[in-house]
Amino acid sequence: MNEPTLPPAAREAIDAFTGAAGWEQRARLLMQWGERLEPLADSERSDENRVRGCESQVWLIASEHDSRWHFRADSEARLLRGLLAVLLARVDGLDAQALRTVDVAEWFNRLGLGRQLSPSRANGINAVLSRMQALAAR
Amino acid sequence: MLSSPWRSDFPALAVMEAQGEVYLDSAATAQKPQALISALTGYYTSGAANVHRAQHASAERATRAFEGTRTKLASWLNAAEPTEIIFTRGATEALNLLAYGMEAHIDAGDEIAITALEHHANLLPWQQLAQRRNAHLVVLPLDKAGHIDLEAATQLIGPRTRVLAASQLSNVLGTQQPLHRLLPLAKAQGALTVVDGAQGIVHQRTDVRSLGCDFYVLSSHKLYGPEGVGVLYGRREALARLRHWQFGGEMVQLAEFQHAQFRPAPLGFEAGTPPIAGVIGLGAVLDYLGGLDQAALAAHEHRLHRMLVDGLAMRDGIRLLGRPDCALASFTVEGVHPADLSHLLTEQGVAVRSGTHCAMPLMGRLGVSGAIRASLAFYNDGADLEVFFCALDRALELLR
Repeated sequence: MNEPTLPPAAREAIDAFTGAAGWEQRARLLMQWGERLEPLADSERSDENRVRGCESQVWLIASEHDSRWHFRADSEARLLRGLLAVLLARVDGLDAQALRTVDVAEWFNRLGLGRQLSPSRANGINAVLSRMQALAAR
Repeated sequence: MLSSPWRSDFPALAVMEAQGEVYLDSAATAQKPQALISALTGYYTSGAANVHRAQHASAERATRAFEGTRTKLASWLNAAEPTEIIFTRGATEALNLLAYGMEAHIDAGDEIAITALEHHANLLPWQQLAQRRNAHLVVLPLDKAGHIDLEAATQLIGPRTRVLAASQLSNVLGTQQPLHRLLPLAKAQGALTVVDGAQGIVHQRTDVRSLGCDFYVLSSHKLYGPEGVGVLYGRREALARLRHWQFGGEMVQLAEFQHAQFRPAPLGFEAGTPPIAGVIGLGAVLDYLGGLDQAALAAHEHRLHRMLVDGLAMRDGIRLLGRPDCALASFTVEGVHPADLSHLLTEQGVAVRSGTHCAMPLMGRLGVSGAIRASLAFYNDGADLEVFFCALDRALELLR
């Protein structure tokens, strides 16, 4: 367990979501976390920044500073915004190598959100992660 | 409370219920009756064999059962003879078979007419055929309720129309299409008519001769049967106009290295080993369905559908897509993203579909990016809908 290396936002997510009782509280938390996403400008919600493979529209922007990757993401669906926020909490600030090996399934399972990653879900969290890895590999 | 006397014929319903799941996605695929499960088990435990090839006893048994389903389907659809029934690997494959089989009859500048509500399976094969032949794809518009606009169709179907392909029942809108008035417009121009009955056959017995179509397509898995089996009915004269499209296996009559002769329909269009168990299973499903009280079944489905539509209509901010006649209802909720709603319905164990329902161009015309669809089968009951509405209310409370 690489506990010490987890960023503060990730630890906060663990505290919040592992304490959630039931689907309603989880949903409320997701919506709250979704509100914390850094907003995107209209011009950034472009076709170029759009992640393919998501049923709802999702935009992703990556930038690199000192070999660490910073992401901003947004969606029109509120619960998906929450899922993006907890994904960002785990991966933001990683370098390309760590980004390639991060176990997102394990992360979502830990938060009690593992079902949101199943292949039949069209929400596209998996597509978002692939896009992050592709952007970081460029 | 509206209960379904047929629910216990479907073992999966009790399993789902025990897991807290309510199944309202039968338009995607239906649950299977015990009669099917027993038939599949029976076939595999008593000796599998390939059909139309060997002389041994198990091959003879398999071939007889396989051909028995063809005969049952012919009578189910009121075809003139069993040889008008072709087995494919799905409804989509049946429609592709038609689009390739008819290719030689389509010239540059010809027209292929479809409707604005077609599932991708009855759009893309024709779109691609039109592109291959430099023909035009003509899209017949809908009226507000979601039925084909017959006045517009009268204008748009003309002497260059070679094919009309239309759904019997929309998988998004739940609207039954006025085929008895639409098909004659195409026939008057000498066009071939194709009916996509994938949804329609599940909710109404269809007589292909009274419908007057040249081709009729259905999907086994939506009709309570196994996956991997589609059915293409073709009027004998219409089938004779199709070119062979897949090659190999017993579809050949005479093969030499440099040329070959092929069988006529149906076997000439069944290249390779067909889905034998699936076809036999579908036969068992037809026997099961045939033994049910059709009037009671239709009345039950009608009452369920009324409950669904009325329940949606009495809730604030819900917009139905079209005016559904039966089987299903698709809707959006003002200010609520369908993906959010579908997420929270799933959390509560309600199985519905959300998204574009394999009909992206239709969604575009309706001006929505996605919708939730609840669809019914005769094994559903009033309690299923109560759970659904309760889950819907709780989800909307959270989201609004």
